[in-house]
Amino acid sequence: MPRTIRRIVAGIAAAAVFGGVVATALADSTADEIAKYRDALQDGNPAELWEARGEDMWKTPRGPKHVSFASCDLGLGAGVVKGAYAQLPRYFADAGRVMDLETRLLWCMTEQQGYTRADATKNVFGNGSAKRSDFEALAAYVTSQSQGVKMNVPLDEPHVHEMYALGEKMFFYRGGTHDFACATCHGEDGKRIRLQDLPNLTKVEGAQKAYTTWPAYRVSQGELRTFQWRLNDCFRQQRFPELVFGSDASIALTAYLAGRANGAEFQGPAIKR
Amino acid sequence: MDHDRREALRRGGAVSLLTLVAAAGWLPRGAAAETWNKDAFATHSLDETIKALGGGAPVPSQDIVFFSTPDIAENGAVVPIGITSNVPKTEAVAILVEKNPNMLAAVFDVPAGTEPSLSTRIKMAQTSHVYALVKADGKYYVNSKEIKVTLGGCGG
Amino acid sequence: MADPMKIRANAVGDSTEVKVLMSHEMETGQRKDAQGKVIPAWFIQNVHVTHNDKVVLAAQWGTAVSKNPFMSFKFKGGAKGDKVKITWVDNHNDTRTDEATIA
Repeated sequence: MPRTIRRIVAGIAAAAVFGGVVATALADSTADEIAKYRDALQDGNPAELWEARGEDMWKTPRGPKHVSFASCDLGLGAGVVKGAYAQLPRYFADAGRVMDLETRLLWCMTEQQGYTRADATKNVFGNGSAKRSDFEALAAYVTSQSQGVKMNVPLDEPHVHEMYALGEKMFFYRGGTHDFACATCHGEDGKRIRLQDLPNLTKVEGAQKAYTTWPAYRVSQGELRTFQWRLNDCFRQQRFPELVFGSDASIALTAYLAGRANGAEFQGPAIKR
Repeated sequence: MDHDRREALRRGGAVSLLTLVAAAGWLPRGAAAETWNKDAFATHSLDETIKALGGGAPVPSQDIVFFSTPDIAENGAVVPIGITSNVPKTEAVAILVEKNPNMLAAVFDVPAGTEPSLSTRIKMAQTSHVYALVKADGKYYVNSKEIKVTLGGCGG
Repeated sequence: MADPMKIRANAVGDSTEVKVLMSHEMETGQRKDAQGKVIPAWFIQNVHVTHNDKVVLAAQWGTAVSKNPFMSFKFKGGAKGDKVKITWVDNHNDTRTDEATIA
């Protein structure tokens, strides 16, 4: 039996405890080839198309109050985008909340541009050119302005610290119909699902690599996806109830994972399968 | 863009493309305004495709090289394909995917002065051979490579 | 009006390298929507690239070219400051032309 198949079979047997889903790491040659595939994708990232739209959107007055995002403070001052993503999530006194990028953008849309929450969140995750998400375009632009900047989530700030602690608790909390926790898939080295190596997010290197590569153009979706989307989709895969967009739960998990990535250079928007 | 300008742009573009493509012999005979070879894009075999493109039996050639083309594609929706043709007097390069619903993915006309080396991304329905077909000096050459297509898991 | 392309044209020795990202659904006509109806094919059929009004690349594409197409190639000549123009036409007869300056 070829080595690859032997490994996969052994992996499945070993993973029977988890319901036969999570298996052991990929054979080296397969992992190498997939690395080559990922490398070849780097050349032209369709995320740039979202970045261009997002930049336009940032600078154009919009909404009932006809205001651009020039007055939107992401933590470094009104309208300042450079380096802003690397210090999110953070506490915003004017909102009385810790916010991640999307929550803060939503706040600027409702409080400054005059949108209702319902209108602003009509299409948070895009689906084709007919159903686009403003958040995805804005996130692509804003995060592109943090490329190369070291993650510096202000974990010492009490509100952020509280969210971080909550996020950590959530990460290890088992629930849903399959009794999954984030840690079930992301709490050990050398795990994979089918042909996807799963990053160990309990280790700093794993958390850094994972967090700094979102948002990303997701080839399988043909869309630019953000961290809010990533968490939402994880909840779906764990058969958890839906993770509400911009909820404290989503911000807590983001604070935990972003905080653990502190010190690493932000690399997004990236491109993934 | 208003209709007239769009039409002019399209026709203007179409004429230069038409000339080029007709000169390269990749247009079906008698085609006038039609600049898209509908027949070639509806074929299911290498031979059928070449016939629709107006050519004859291709010669296998190691002078056609794949670059930045992985052996495994994590997702068949986007498979990077790079082809360099070292066959002298290359006029055109085509990409065909054996197990796709229609084999022909793309045809590139390479005018004199343009390097016969290009890359793009294609969709592959499943693990399959990908053919790089080259027309050079009126003759056809081909090389192929198998690319495995997988569906990734739940993350990444 | 379709979204603009992202074009990068760089002088490399005595050649110009062109990389372009286009915004297009490239719908194959094989997919079905949630109601089971076929989503009609919608894809770029023709592309051509010109430099100083000379065609340096012409292509015919089918539905198998990926969504948000990317293409990269090189042509001899082209100096910094020259313009490279790219046009695509799709099967709805929609079209887009964008220009880039060779850097």
